[in-house]
Amino acid sequence: MKAFTYERASSPAQAAAIVARTPGAKFIAGGTNLLDLMKLEIETPTHLVDVNGLGLDQIEPTPDGGLRIGAMVRNTDLAADMRVRRDYAVLSHALVAGASGQLRNAATTAGNLLQRTRCPYFYDTNMPCNKRKPGSGCGAIGGYTRQHAIIGHSEACIATNPSDMAVALRALDATVETIQADGKTRSIPIADFHRLPGDTPHIETVLNRGEMITGVVLPKPLGGVQLYRKVRDRASYAFAIVSVAAVMRPDGGSRVALGGVAHKPWRVEAADARLPDGARATTAELLRGARPQQENAFKVILAERTVAAVLAKAKA
Amino acid sequence: MKFETAATTNPIDQLKVVGRPTNRTDGPLKTTGRAPYAYEHQVAAPNQAYGYVVGSAIAKGRITKLDVSRAEEAPGVIAVVTASNAGPLKKANRNTATLFGGPKIEHYHQAIAVVVAETFEQARAAAGLLQIEYAREQGKFDLEASRASATDPKKITAGASDTSVGDFEGAFAKAAVKLDATYTTPDQSHVMMEPPATIATWEDGNLTVRTSHQMVDWARSDLATTLGLEKEQVRVITPYVGGGFGAKLFLRADVIAAALGARAAKRPVKVALQRPLSVNNLVHRPATIQRIRIGAERSGKITAIGHESWSGDLPNGKPDGAVHQTRLLYAGADRMTRTRLAILDLPEANAMRAPGEATGLMALEIAMDEMAEKLGLDPVEFRIINDTQVVPDVPAEPSSDDPQARSDSGGTDEHSAKELRFSQRHLVECLRTGAEKFGWSKRNKIPGQMREGDWLIGHGVAGAIRGNKQMKSAARVRLDRGGVVTVETDMTDIGTGSYTIIAQTAAEMMGIPIDKVVVRLGDSAFPVSAGSGGQWGGNCSTSGVYAACVKLREAVAQKLGFNVTDAAFEDGQVRASGRALPLAQAARDGELVAEDVIEFGGVTEESEQATFAAHFVEVAVDAFTGETRIRRMLSVCDCGRILNPKSARSQVIGGMSMGVGAALTEELAVDKRFGFFVNHDLASYEVPVHADIPHQEVIFFGDADPMSSPMKAKGVAELGISGVAAAVANAVYNAVGVRVREYPLTMDKLLAGLPQIA
Amino acid sequence: MSDDRFLPVSRRGVLATGAATMAVSVTPAFAQTHELTRSRSSAGKPSMAKVSFQVNGEPHSLELDTRTSLLDALREHLELTGSKKGCDHGQCGACTVIVDGRRINSCLTLAVMNEGRQITTIEGLGSPEAMHPMQQAFVEHDGYQCGYCTPGQICSAVAMLDEVKAGVPSHATADLTASPKLTNAELRERMSGNICRCAAYSNIVEAIEEVARGAA
Repeated sequence: MKAFTYERASSPAQAAAIVARTPGAKFIAGGTNLLDLMKLEIETPTHLVDVNGLGLDQIEPTPDGGLRIGAMVRNTDLAADMRVRRDYAVLSHALVAGASGQLRNAATTAGNLLQRTRCPYFYDTNMPCNKRKPGSGCGAIGGYTRQHAIIGHSEACIATNPSDMAVALRALDATVETIQADGKTRSIPIADFHRLPGDTPHIETVLNRGEMITGVVLPKPLGGVQLYRKVRDRASYAFAIVSVAAVMRPDGGSRVALGGVAHKPWRVEAADARLPDGARATTAELLRGARPQQENAFKVILAERTVAAVLAKAKA
Repeated sequence: MKFETAATTNPIDQLKVVGRPTNRTDGPLKTTGRAPYAYEHQVAAPNQAYGYVVGSAIAKGRITKLDVSRAEEAPGVIAVVTASNAGPLKKANRNTATLFGGPKIEHYHQAIAVVVAETFEQARAAAGLLQIEYAREQGKFDLEASRASATDPKKITAGASDTSVGDFEGAFAKAAVKLDATYTTPDQSHVMMEPPATIATWEDGNLTVRTSHQMVDWARSDLATTLGLEKEQVRVITPYVGGGFGAKLFLRADVIAAALGARAAKRPVKVALQRPLSVNNLVHRPATIQRIRIGAERSGKITAIGHESWSGDLPNGKPDGAVHQTRLLYAGADRMTRTRLAILDLPEANAMRAPGEATGLMALEIAMDEMAEKLGLDPVEFRIINDTQVVPDVPAEPSSDDPQARSDSGGTDEHSAKELRFSQRHLVECLRTGAEKFGWSKRNKIPGQMREGDWLIGHGVAGAIRGNKQMKSAARVRLDRGGVVTVETDMTDIGTGSYTIIAQTAAEMMGIPIDKVVVRLGDSAFPVSAGSGGQWGGNCSTSGVYAACVKLREAVAQKLGFNVTDAAFEDGQVRASGRALPLAQAARDGELVAEDVIEFGGVTEESEQATFAAHFVEVAVDAFTGETRIRRMLSVCDCGRILNPKSARSQVIGGMSMGVGAALTEELAVDKRFGFFVNHDLASYEVPVHADIPHQEVIFFGDADPMSSPMKAKGVAELGISGVAAAVANAVYNAVGVRVREYPLTMDKLLAGLPQIA
Repeated sequence: MSDDRFLPVSRRGVLATGAATMAVSVTPAFAQTHELTRSRSSAGKPSMAKVSFQVNGEPHSLELDTRTSLLDALREHLELTGSKKGCDHGQCGACTVIVDGRRINSCLTLAVMNEGRQITTIEGLGSPEAMHPMQQAFVEHDGYQCGYCTPGQICSAVAMLDEVKAGVPSHATADLTASPKLTNAELRERMSGNICRCAAYSNIVEAIEEVARGAA
């Protein structure tokens, strides 16, 4: 871990300004992903701005009947919030499907959105990785690819986004709120927040330098049956091989998103419309154009079967 | 003391302390965080500097440039040690790969430098400043591709590499029912929770290492050899070991790095191998390809059984002994085994919990399940039909030119002069007891037919055998005037419960309560014990303590004027011919000290000694996704007298859980281009977590075996893993109807056989 | 089987691929850029920062290298070595401590981020002479073997029971709107962030269940 200086920010705007003007500066919130990566020198910030303690730890109703989740709300607290459990169950389910009790107590909403891939070639600094070191190549292609993307990837990168929470937020059409160095705020639809790798896999979100997430807004409750199904090898404390977030509404407007298959939470609006036709039709639309690796081709079938499991459970 | 004839009645048979479920004596220290592990001896070795190990970035080749100047200039750095300034280093015979590499690189993450600094943070940061360039050489990393070039290693750990009894090929060809199947097991990692760690201190040319090791004397010898020291110049201290499972049997890089770092820094240096380095830096259980052929009569009687195995290792390395148990477990007149070893440039392959049996039974016990199905027999019954009380294949001596020589005359003929019997074998009873307790008769009998909601339910069984090996073991016992008995032996407690069973042994022998016994372990200043490995530690180390206590009893009796053969040691007193004196009185003029070593021979060699088990497993497989979850587990174990049922049960459930990992998730993924294990951390190498393991049942058959030792005990810890993975695999087959012969049984291998979805 | 399509570049240097005797092939421009980035970020002295917190009820003020994890602050600066370093990456749970009543992995938080916090470690729960009920239950049920994950298991278990009392749901909670019950499945799911390679799991669960029954 490289040496870094440390300071506690006094306001979101100040934090954004510091990071924008200080080369090598980064925000730190829960620290559960950033410190992991700093120990391996995958992340090498020279200055850390601690954004805990800025009052961004509240969950409040919005005027139009939704919820605003502060960026620093811990994953545990978000999952346990009775409004979330009642009206956004898919989010609560997704959160508790991730990581461990200890990690969820530290990890934040913003940090969860920004967590980086678990690709082992990204994690091993002896290996080529375009995400870690642009231009060095992709070590994963042709290597061990069980966990990797089957759709939306590029010749430069086949990594997946490991977040469970983000898949649920995608199904809910959440909005990410940010503040920039100049104090301006903006709202970014979750669909636009994460990028596909293309030939710049090291750029993972649309955030600008110094732009800080202040919260996530959930639209007014969708109702319906909300499910999150995470498929993994061991029963807990493991990243998804495939996951499905679904909001099933009897009167239409159902939606489904996949995790574990792409560089971002994967949702295709056209697939939502196929939900009444069953898992096969829905998944065919979701994964149209999928190009799996040899080792992870099973994810296509697994995704279809997991969607089927979710549909069956929603009916029951 | 020599143990050469079967044990008769002795003080252990009182079973006042031994054999009782006993809380671990080290429990209060461990559960309150006060037990000091290797990295935590801060007071004993003050002024410590921190070492950080750098591993090779390539699997095979040479370092062409290693510039340490920037690291040396970094804040806080005291020394940087590489091959160029480490001084001469030899390799001990027990290591296959060099522990401190460079310029030649033998495997990925081989240690090539240690950076020593004032703080951990400084050492870690400076390690990133080394400028290293490599010339990579082409290596071999693919076992399947190297299978054809594999050679005969001449021997495996437990015997000859090729064995043959009768005419296997002929008998197999003639058999009414046949199976010829190939199974694969992947590379696996021990991943004990405490990474290897060492604090090294030099004083007047002598080296003390506070480390984490299973075998104190091996570590001491091999450290001396590696550094060119006399053994007497080295002291090894390892009172608490945070797990090993074989990874801490042999000297590791942390010890060398700490020793070299401390010599360069001229002060104590501590090193813990960082977790992401550990998998490729340490040894691993090698992958195997196993071909099994079984021929049987329609009645179910096996007539031919053959087992071949291929594994890989670095040059001059060792094969996995996967075939060995097939020589012992089931009857069958005509039989063969064959072992081949390929050269691979992956990290060093070596022992991991039940080496040989763990992999071999993963294959053999699926094969037995497949045969039972072909025969239309219940898999429990099929195993019972083929039980044998006689070794069906007299073990060939590695030195023998003709491994067949001893068995050609009659195979299993019970009148044969060369017949070798098991000292005890209750496999049939284990199977029957287990079947009854588990409710085997109510199992799913047709694969894929039992369903509860979204879950497909299946049941599986496996038999198991694991050798019971004896190793000589010494101990010293002291009696002080307070009546406290102190035991000193270099035995280690790696979670096995050594502290407690040794205390129980001394308490039983001296007739005192366990809280009057102090046990001091893990120090090369103490007499050399059997150490912890091969599941021999419990039986052998307590036998060494028994021997020393026999001597102490003699000394006590003499001091008190008793004839030792008449004296009873009980309730803190020594009684004979109507007189009773306090034990403590024997030490009134000063401490009494006795030391002895137990050595084995005779009866232990004239019988085949092994432990047996039957494992029963119920699984549920998600009908949509193929995720397998364990619902019930029962193991019935035949492993001699149980010294402490509480800690023995723990050993077995630990093995059962590791077997679940082996069955369902554990696989080191090989990158065949770069030549390394890709998933080298605890997030990506998935071992079972709480949610994977249900309540587990263990039944000990518990018959004391007088042929094994004066303790009449046997190994326990490795029997617990042997066969379990196959029981899981058989249960998965039973649930789904898909036979997977490639471990681990991940969902992708089951998807094609799952019920159609709507 | 090296594959010449790859020109793997190490963090610390450049690897040459291909045949056994091939010389090192370096791409100088790339290497130089790489070096510059690194030297800028690492040349300086360690940055020190002050932090004050309470550990097991006792106040501590430390001046630490900012890189010091809470775990290393406890183990290396306060000599509280009960909290274990199993992986240092949040993948095992051996470092679990309780901060302001909540269990966290102390390896994945900087010491300086814990200003003003109340930290409870395994040493603070009890001592060999006066064990916490959870520690006692682990001894009674043999809920450990090598003991290395044990302090983390125990800290985790103590805080986990409070989480259930507070109604925090888990992956094993079917009905999110009801209060979670401490079933076997719930308990195992909630403890899954603490890996025990010795696999004392079955016994650990019994120990925790006993404490939960006693506390109820």
